[in-house]
Amino acid sequence: MDLSLSIITIFLPLLTFFVLGLLGMKMPKKTAGLIGTASMLVTTIVAYGVALNYFFNPDFMVGGVREAQLVFNETWLTMGENLKVSMGILVDPISAMMLIVISTISLMVHLYSLGYMHGEKGFQRYYAFLSLFTFSMLGLVVATNIFQMFIFFEMVGVSSYLLIGFYYQKHSAIAASKKAFIVTRFADLGFLIGIMLLAYYCDTFDFQTLMSNPGAIVGSSAGVTFLGCSAASWAMALIFIGGAGKSAMFPLHIWLPDAMEGPTPVSALIHAATMVVAGVFLVARMFPVYLATPEVLELITATGAVTALYAAIVACVQTDIKRVLAFSTISQIAFMFTALGVARPELHEGVGYMASMFHLFTHAMFKGLLFLCAGAIIHMVHSNEMDQMGNLRKYMPITHITFLIACLAIAGIPPFAGFFSKDEILVAAYENSTLWGVWMSVVAGLTAFYMFRLYYRIFWWSKPDYSHHTPHDCEWVMTLPLILLAVVSCLAGFIPFGHFVTWNGENYDIHLNWTVAGTSIAIALVGILVATVLYRKENSVPDRMADSVKGLYKAAYRRFYMDELYQFVTHKIIFGIICKSIAWFDHVIVDGTMNMLAHMTNNASYAIRKLQSGSIQFYVWVYFIGALLLGVVTFMLLI
Amino acid sequence: MDYSQFLFMHHEIGVLIVFLLVFLFDTFLPARYQSKLAVTSCVLFGIYTVLSFFTPLDNAEAFSGMFVTSPIVASIKNILNVGMFIVLLQSIQWNNSDHEVIRRGEFIELMLVTLFGMYLMVSARHFLLFVIGLETASLPLAALVAFEKKQYESHEAAVKYLFTAVFSSAIYMLGLSFVYGFAGSLYFNDIAVACGLAEGSMLLYVALAFVVAGIGFKISLVPFHLWTADVYQGAPTSVTSYLSVVSKGAAAFAAFIVLTQAFGTVYSAVWEWMLYALIILTITIGNLFAIRQTNMKRFLAFSSISQAGYIMLGVIAFNATGIAALSYYVLIYVVSNLTAFGVIQAIENATDKVDMTDYNGLYKTNPKLAFAMMLAMFSLGGIPPFAGFFSKFFIFSSALAEGSVAMYVLVLIALINTIVSLYYYLLVVKAMFINPNDNPIPTFRSHWTERAGLVICVAGVLLIGLVSCIYTFLNQAASVSQLF
Repeated sequence: MDLSLSIITIFLPLLTFFVLGLLGMKMPKKTAGLIGTASMLVTTIVAYGVALNYFFNPDFMVGGVREAQLVFNETWLTMGENLKVSMGILVDPISAMMLIVISTISLMVHLYSLGYMHGEKGFQRYYAFLSLFTFSMLGLVVATNIFQMFIFFEMVGVSSYLLIGFYYQKHSAIAASKKAFIVTRFADLGFLIGIMLLAYYCDTFDFQTLMSNPGAIVGSSAGVTFLGCSAASWAMALIFIGGAGKSAMFPLHIWLPDAMEGPTPVSALIHAATMVVAGVFLVARMFPVYLATPEVLELITATGAVTALYAAIVACVQTDIKRVLAFSTISQIAFMFTALGVARPELHEGVGYMASMFHLFTHAMFKGLLFLCAGAIIHMVHSNEMDQMGNLRKYMPITHITFLIACLAIAGIPPFAGFFSKDEILVAAYENSTLWGVWMSVVAGLTAFYMFRLYYRIFWWSKPDYSHHTPHDCEWVMTLPLILLAVVSCLAGFIPFGHFVTWNGENYDIHLNWTVAGTSIAIALVGILVATVLYRKENSVPDRMADSVKGLYKAAYRRFYMDELYQFVTHKIIFGIICKSIAWFDHVIVDGTMNMLAHMTNNASYAIRKLQSGSIQFYVWVYFIGALLLGVVTFMLLI
Repeated sequence: MDYSQFLFMHHEIGVLIVFLLVFLFDTFLPARYQSKLAVTSCVLFGIYTVLSFFTPLDNAEAFSGMFVTSPIVASIKNILNVGMFIVLLQSIQWNNSDHEVIRRGEFIELMLVTLFGMYLMVSARHFLLFVIGLETASLPLAALVAFEKKQYESHEAAVKYLFTAVFSSAIYMLGLSFVYGFAGSLYFNDIAVACGLAEGSMLLYVALAFVVAGIGFKISLVPFHLWTADVYQGAPTSVTSYLSVVSKGAAAFAAFIVLTQAFGTVYSAVWEWMLYALIILTITIGNLFAIRQTNMKRFLAFSSISQAGYIMLGVIAFNATGIAALSYYVLIYVVSNLTAFGVIQAIENATDKVDMTDYNGLYKTNPKLAFAMMLAMFSLGGIPPFAGFFSKFFIFSSALAEGSVAMYVLVLIALINTIVSLYYYLLVVKAMFINPNDNPIPTFRSHWTERAGLVICVAGVLLIGLVSCIYTFLNQAASVSQLF
């Protein structure tokens, strides 16, 4: 399919949003759902066509390098001689890959929601928002310049806000949506400042111009330093902060667990597969510039590694199944960031970059699957708490098998998808330094443990009383996406990713490094084994273990008090001390001045009312005197 | 004489053809077809408007330089066409009402003739042609203002308009005769040269003051504005909307052309400061009066006076960006103000109510009209992301491009006035959405032509600001038009 057709993938969801948003309430719920799903199906077909054409058409390979294609680029705003904001579509390996990821997961979620959201109030609104989100996300990945990306970054944030707060009558949902919006918006402030710094020193927003010669750009701004780092480093670090906010990196991760208040399919789409990887995508998009600022890459590595460990520990003790998945998502995204951070062109052909994108791809599939399974379970059990579940393998066989496949995939057991991508990440980490290699291996072990803890608690463990309502597998619209995603999770690992997505477009073969792979399989098996021993049958060992390290357990359960810390800083310090004094100034000084001005304006208005007397003689008199005065006064003043 | 020169006058010829067709329809077709007259002429004018977008954009002059056309001049005429088309569309319902039926044709014909006069004002580079254009654009308006024959207010308005217009023409002519006195020619080029030599003479100052006053009357700059409120209130609403957008827009363009082309050489020496004072007066006094109005048409009259002050910022900028920003401002002002007038007219046709207190609670009964009105108020007040924000932004930045401290002060005053204007624009919104009303305007369905007009205007308010190519195009047209 011709690349220019990619425009359809952007505008069709937008059109659907308008149709459903404006006319949705006038059509039956079912029609709205079907329109949304059908339009998403078309979008997916076109997206696949475009991506596959890009990957397999030899025309795009020039001298062994897969070249980025600028499909559209229209100037939208002119800000200076060279500084222009454009709107367009850029197809390159990562954006083509993202087209596939987003359209696949979005289609699955559209289909699944037909069953999951059945009978909900605001069903049409839900589908309208889904379309808006898909539009924003696709616009984000094909952005040709960083400003367009920022606009879509914000739009993604807005649609996420709308979807988290979908149940707007629930207080917790409103609070969660506000929290998500404010935290990511706060991070985006960094992004915006970074963009402005970059634009100021480089005089361009355009990705291709920036990529063509990052060394010179960094060199040109190296003279300007602040706190020991060059302006370029600051700009790139600030841009990374924007990405870290969207991707829920420590310490900006606090919004993601709360965002689980939204409908579960939304969590699958936004908070597992697509929006939360926008930050990873952002760093990958600007990777050549990051290579020129190695200190920022170190920052990214450290942030990723710390977040991965932190989230994995917290995930081990949560009891709400969606929260376990949320922390697991944070941890896995941190893997991707770490992989980008440790990637260097001289190390094994920049394998970290490829590994990060590979993991992004496979993770989207199996994490989307896990959330959809969780949705099916919640749909049946009507609770998010593990204690209400158990022994479900008997009642929901399809959900059970697909969930198990996803768990094996995320734990890194061959031949499931996660093994291959995670293995590449570990290779990249060991290439960079042994410290990060060992660190990430430990996190991988923890991953296997907490995922199987979750698995056993849901599908084995105790046998609660289901007599009032026997759980069963859901209808086909909900199970079909599970099966499809499970198949992808089984097979995706065999994609020769090195032939498609590499940091500079050159292809190479992936070789499994069996030393690393063997170790990681062993660690994963240990994690699974521990989980099996502890959680296969109901017993008191886990509780006793928790009691023996009560302080640590409680701290981990309360997520190491990060939310309380934020609460303290915002409410006590910012609202209490800083805002109060500003509020006083605003009320007394600013408002006082404004009130006085308003009073004066009103009086003046009253005083001159006689001018408009209605008498025509007076009008003409004023006219004539006015004209004369105009001439005479300017003459007197200017001569 | 080389008759091919007429071919440069695409727009003039086009509007004359429309005029003749309407005239023939009105005069010779049997009575049973006459009920379609208004719609037919609107369609004809619509076709002409669309076609005029495809006329070539060239720099050309005819009649030994008396008549000039250039890309920006053609664009200006296109903008006027758009305004005229919407006014015609919105007037159909009123024009077909029982008491207007007998004069249906005249209304449209008079309007088209004034449009022809406005074209001449913009294209003229000789004061003889300019005055012909000015009078062609002024006198028929007096007849239009008096169109509601049986209403006292309409007569009063017409008399006031005619009398002050004649007076203003006299002053204007006096100014021109002074100009002729020291220049010895009425060609803009010759005057520009002569002005440069006559710098410092009292005659030049008085002449320019009178010329500015004459044009200022059409744009209703303070203190030449006093007719505006009475005439706007008394005239039929279709005529008021025409006066407030198309007539005012054309006069603003003409002011730019005359001041830069004929008197450009004495910009900083003379008229920059005249305009400076007039702009401050216009924006401020227009705002102060608007705050206290209760009649919607009178309210919009003062709002339009204040808007005229903003429009003149494009003239005082005295550069190519200025005319681009001015054209853009007028285009957006056309759609925003016609949205407001469209709502007023629809309500007036249905219920005869024009007081702001009648609008209380409009949202409950006619949400779509209230919504359109709200958008118009937001746009006029310059709230982003509606079109009015962008037009204000560009016109302010064009004035700032001049770079002097005085200009910064002027823009600051204009900005402060924007805040004041928000107050009264939002008063209307508050009335419609918040104020309770025991006896609100009943729910009604307006005529399709009124709805079509509103849809076009609302689309303009929402989109023109975001579609950046329009401003880029105007900017390019201005820079290749050899104005400076």
